[in-house]
Amino acid sequence: MKRTPFIVRFLGATPKQGWIAIAIAAAITLVLLPALHLLVPAGNPFHVSAYVITLVGKIMCYAIVAVAMDLIWGYTGILSLGHGLFFALGGYAFGMYLMRQIGRDGSYKSDLPDFMVFLDWKELPWYWTGSDSFLWALFLVLTVPALVALIFGFFAFRSRIKGVYFSIITQALVFAAMLFFFRNETGFGGNNGFTDFKRILGYSITAPEMRVGLFALTAAMLLATLVLGRYLVTSKLGRVLAAIRDAESRVMFIGYNPLHYKLFIWTLSALLCGIAGALYVPQVGIINPGEMSPANSIEIAIWVAVGGRATLIGPVIGAFIVNLAKSFFTMAFPEYWLFFLGALFVGVTLWLPDGVVGLWRKLRAKRVGATS
Amino acid sequence: MSQPSILLLHEVTVSFDGFRALNELSLDIEEGELRCIIGPNGAGKTTMMDVITGKTRADRGKVMFDQNIDVRRMSEPEIAHLGIGRKFQKPTIFENLTVFENLELSMKTDKRARVSLFAWLDDDAHDKISDTLRLIRLDQEAERQAGLLSHGQKQWLEIGMLLMQDPKLLLLDEPVAGMTDDETARTGELFKSLAGKHSLVVVEHDMAFIEQLGGKVTVLHEGSVLAEGDLATVQNDQRVIEVYLGR
Repeated sequence: MKRTPFIVRFLGATPKQGWIAIAIAAAITLVLLPALHLLVPAGNPFHVSAYVITLVGKIMCYAIVAVAMDLIWGYTGILSLGHGLFFALGGYAFGMYLMRQIGRDGSYKSDLPDFMVFLDWKELPWYWTGSDSFLWALFLVLTVPALVALIFGFFAFRSRIKGVYFSIITQALVFAAMLFFFRNETGFGGNNGFTDFKRILGYSITAPEMRVGLFALTAAMLLATLVLGRYLVTSKLGRVLAAIRDAESRVMFIGYNPLHYKLFIWTLSALLCGIAGALYVPQVGIINPGEMSPANSIEIAIWVAVGGRATLIGPVIGAFIVNLAKSFFTMAFPEYWLFFLGALFVGVTLWLPDGVVGLWRKLRAKRVGATS
Repeated sequence: MSQPSILLLHEVTVSFDGFRALNELSLDIEEGELRCIIGPNGAGKTTMMDVITGKTRADRGKVMFDQNIDVRRMSEPEIAHLGIGRKFQKPTIFENLTVFENLELSMKTDKRARVSLFAWLDDDAHDKISDTLRLIRLDQEAERQAGLLSHGQKQWLEIGMLLMQDPKLLLLDEPVAGMTDDETARTGELFKSLAGKHSLVVVEHDMAFIEQLGGKVTVLHEGSVLAEGDLATVQNDQRVIEVYLGR
C-alpha cells in the first residue's frame, strides 16, 4: 500500500472550505488592506489608515496567542494563566534587537540603549551579546519562550500537577517574571521596558511599507498557525490530547506517557506565543513588564472562552471581539472597560459555555432541524 | 499439570497512614487462567490492582509478571506495554471521542508522542478495529460519541479498548456492574472465550456471574487471602461465611 506523503496529509487536514476561507483572508490581509493603505491617498473614503493597520495587526498577534492557548486549554484541558509570559519573552527577545538598531540615535547619542546610560552602565551585560544581530534575535525569539516552557512544564507535568493547581502556579510564574523584569538591575529597561524603536534591518520602522510588511507577516503567521493547528488536532496526537482531557488515567493505562504529550503541546504553544510577541513589539512600538501582568494572561483565557474553546476559529473571533470592544471602550468610556470585560466573561461562562462558535453551531443546527 | 505463572504476588504489603490496605498478600495467577476475586468492601481488591498496574507502590513484597519481570519500579505506561490491561470500576472511556477513535487510541502500537504526531491508520489497523467493534457489538455505533453510549455499552467499549491492547493479562474491576442480565451473560461468554489465550483476573460481587465464569475463586479479607478454591468450596468455608455474614 502506498504511503501518503506527509505534506499532503498536513495540508489535507484543512478541509476545502477552510482553504477557501484562508484564501479569502489572505487576499484581504496580504493584498487588499495593504493596497488600500499604501496606494489610496489619505482623505479618500477607501483609504485604510495607519491606525486601522496597526490595530488589526496587533489583534492578529493576540489571535495567534489565543489559538496557541486553545491548543493547550481547549484541546488538552490544561488552563494556563501565564501565557502572557511567553508572549512577553518573545517580545523582549526581539525588542533587544530593536534597541540595538537605534544605534546612536537615542537621546544620549550613545552606543548603549538609553536606559543603560541612564543607569550609568559602561558596557552591555553579557546576555546582550549578539543582540545587534537580526538572526540571533530570531533565534532567541524561537528558543527562549520555548525553553522556559519546556523546563517549567517538565517539572510541573512530571509532578502531575493538574487543574486549578496548575493554573495558579502559571499565574504565580508570570507574576514573578513581571517583578523580575520590573527591576532596573535585570537589564531590560525596568519599568519602562523598551521603546523609541527606529529601524529593523536598517529600514525605518515608521515607514508605511514597514508597517504593511509587519502586518502582512503577522497575517501569514496567523494563517500558518491555523493550518498547523488543524493538522495537530486532527492527527492521532490530537486525539491523544483530547483523551488526556477526558480521562488521563485511562491514557496511561493503555500505554501512553501523558508527560511527553503535554510537554510537546505546551512547548509548542509557548513557541507560538513567543513568535506572536516578536511580531507585536515592532507594531505597537513598546514592550514593558505590564505585558506580564496576571490580568493580561487571564484576558487571553477570556478571548478563547468568548470565541469558543476546542475550535480553531473561535479563539481568533474571540480575540477580535474582545479587543475591538476594548479599543472602543478605552476611547469612549475608559473607566468602564474592566467592568465590561468582567461582565462579558461571566455572561459567556453562564450562557455561552461554547462561546460564539458554539452559539452559531447551535443556531445552525436549529435551522437545519426546522427545515427538515 | 500446572501452567507457568503469569502474575505472582509474594507477601505484598501496602500501608496508607498506618492502615494496611494489603497485608502480606500472596497470589499466583497461571497463564491462561480465569481467576475471580471476591471480598467485602475494603478487602484490598482495588489496591491490589493499583499495585499491579503501577498506580500505587508496594511497601514490601514482590510483584513478578511473566515470571521474571519485576513491575514494582515501572510506570503505568511501561506496565501497560508489558501486556497488562486494566478496566476500572467506573467505565473510563474518552467521552468526547467516537467509539472508533477510542479503540484506535487503545491499539497496540508505538505510543510515543513523536510517532503519534505522524501516525496514520493502515488497512490492517482498520480491520482490527472493525473486528473488535463486532466482538463488543458496537459496530453500529462506531462513529457515535462515546459519551452518548448506554452504561452497559460503555463497559463493553472499555473491554474492547483492553482487547485492542492485546494484553497477556486483563485486570477487570467489576466489569458487569450496571449491566442488564442479558449483557452480563454475554460478557461472561466473552470472558470465557478469552481465557486460555489471555489470563484474566475478575473482581466481582455478582455471585451468579462468578458461577457462570466457573474459574478458581480467591477471597480477600483485610488485605490478604482468606480462602481459595472453586466457588462451592469457598462458599462453604466457615471463615468466609463469617466475614460475609458475621458482622
